[in-house]
Amino acid sequence: MTEQEKLERQSKRTRMILIAVSVLFIFLMLVVPLAAIVVNSLKEGFGFYIQAITTEYVRNALKVTLIATIIAVVVNTFFGICAAWLLTKFSFKGKQVLATLIDIPFSISPVIVGLAFLMTFGRLGWTYPAIRAINQWLGTNFRIAFAIPGVVIATIFVTFPYVSREIIPVLNAQGKDEEEAAALMGAKGLKIFFKITFPQIKWALIYGIILCTSRALGEFGAVNALSKTRGETFTLPLEIDALYMSGTDVSITSAFAVSSILVIIAIIIMVVRNILEHRSNKKMEKGEA
Amino acid sequence: MYVEMKNIYKQYGNFTASNNVSFGIEQGKLAALLGPSGSGKTTLLRMIAGLETPNSGDIYIDGQRVNDIPAAKRGIGFVFQSYALFRYMTVYDNVAFGLELQKMPKDQIRTRVMELLEITGLSGMEKRYPNQLSGGQRQRVAFARALAPRPHVLLLDEPFAAIDAKVRTELRLWLREVVTKLGITCIFVTHDQDEAVEVADQIIVTNHGEIEQVGTPFEIYKSPDTPFVAQFIGKPSVVEGYDALNGFDAIEGAKRAIIRPEFVKISRLGKLERFMSAAEEGIVEDVVFRGNHLDVTINIKGISVIGEWSLEKDTLEIGEKVNVLIYRLYIIDEQQNRTYLCENKEMQEEDIFYI
Ligand SMILES: Nc1ncnc2c1ncn2[C@@H]1O[C@H](COP(=O)(O)OP(=O)(O)OP(=O)(O)O)[C@@H](O)[C@H]1O
Ligand SMILES: [Mg+2]
Repeated sequence: MTEQEKLERQSKRTRMILIAVSVLFIFLMLVVPLAAIVVNSLKEGFGFYIQAITTEYVRNALKVTLIATIIAVVVNTFFGICAAWLLTKFSFKGKQVLATLIDIPFSISPVIVGLAFLMTFGRLGWTYPAIRAINQWLGTNFRIAFAIPGVVIATIFVTFPYVSREIIPVLNAQGKDEEEAAALMGAKGLKIFFKITFPQIKWALIYGIILCTSRALGEFGAVNALSKTRGETFTLPLEIDALYMSGTDVSITSAFAVSSILVIIAIIIMVVRNILEHRSNKKMEKGEA
Repeated sequence: MYVEMKNIYKQYGNFTASNNVSFGIEQGKLAALLGPSGSGKTTLLRMIAGLETPNSGDIYIDGQRVNDIPAAKRGIGFVFQSYALFRYMTVYDNVAFGLELQKMPKDQIRTRVMELLEITGLSGMEKRYPNQLSGGQRQRVAFARALAPRPHVLLLDEPFAAIDAKVRTELRLWLREVVTKLGITCIFVTHDQDEAVEVADQIIVTNHGEIEQVGTPFEIYKSPDTPFVAQFIGKPSVVEGYDALNGFDAIEGAKRAIIRPEFVKISRLGKLERFMSAAEEGIVEDVVFRGNHLDVTINIKGISVIGEWSLEKDTLEIGEKVNVLIYRLYIIDEQQNRTYLCENKEMQEEDIFYI
């Protein structure tokens, strides 16, 4: 056996071991639990499954979840892009501080975030007099804590870093050359962004949005502190928790059924992303003259 | 002077990247910024383009002070060291980008882009993306893109650095031709002196953020002003104790001298026909094959001098004794930052004798 062959055989073996380990791990940690959800949710039959996911509570929870997620994703995408662009293409005092601030939601437990918002917007919070004054003035009954706005704000906070954290490395790696070249030819900020920067960060951005979406859909801790009414301000994870905690066989099966909604949404998102990526790769290859 | 820098200072933090830089380039000329890595060449180019602002000093283009004029309004085409092609645009869109910004009508853009692709030899590649091109082709797209909006000044940052030697020579000549034809004033950065000598009308030598010398390639080569230039240009050997050599006297305060291979004539022992009194005897220390000649290192009284030896002649052996004639050398005075060209005085005297 030559040295060459020995090396090849060795690297083949390394590859096999790595593949085996990864597959086993993914199977145990991801596939088995997900399969458990599917199996459990269909335990009482398909009819029951449909019934379980269409109750008044669940429909409302789905609505709240979607509202919170969509708003959080839109807001965080916008601010995430702005922050990432600012941090990578400009230099200014306090840049490092800002970069650290953006990461705060990663390092604080969501439960604490929820409590913090409760202490800010709730009956004991320091903004409460202002909110009450506005409500009196407009004759409304607008609330943040224990209402949908609170759920939305908590979701935004918890998912804030995902978009910017995905784009920043890409923007850093690409440098400023292309932007400078465009600016030299007379392109202005927004034009540069849409023509030059955006195509570079597109995939990172989509990935960031997906992470942000998934995290928003699944948020529990922070929302739990700010949402107390089942059927009104409960999100899907809260509803699932409520069903599971009520402890009867039927309600536990319902909890699994409702969980499967989140799994299905996650799968749809992944499929859409792959289709988009596939298409764009094709378009780039077609450039061949 | 068409492009002119006057007393430019540029600091990055407390590091001085440009220290009192002044130079000018006449209209339609090709100038090379030549200097070692980190000597501030890119910084100067970026300040002319408006991508960087000097801390003090004035920049003039066509008689107008441009310090406060935004980069896009200076009429400059810039070719980046990394090309900086828009990777998500086709070749066509890359070249058309600047024209679209000028709001040129679509059909005129088309004509202009096609014309430029023709000039740069890229016809038929307009639908490709940058990652589907070779290095040389990318380089030419960068040229075409910079030239498309008809700039008055073209700035190029090490335009040939990433291209293989053969294509590089072609592209250099091509650049010369295009720039002369279009009458553009052009400044390019390089750390390759052959490139500067071959292409430029004028060479600006930079070192540690300062300008060491400005002149034609001939002037730079023939009469280096400073020790740095003398040691940077050509293939210099630095020697200490040069006054031990036949025909050269010490200059007060200057300890070292520069000898270039072309200043040295090597002959087999006893085969030197003239100037025997000016010659030295030395021992061959090293012989290195250089493709079209041999570089021969010779030890003369403990001083190592490099000379060239033609491949046509029988090769020299290490340890062989030879006669060496040193026509001239540059004595460098580091304290005064000056160089002196000294001819071998024994040779001159003998010359007179013969005539
Ligand atoms: N943005 C910056 N911040 C701090 N220092 C810088 C910056 N840009 C350049 N410098 C420093 O200024 C000096 C000159 O840099 P410059 O890029 O002009 O060199 P150069 O002559 O182009 O070198 P090279 O041939 O390696 O490209 C270097 O020492 C570099 O470290
Ligand atoms: Mg440089």
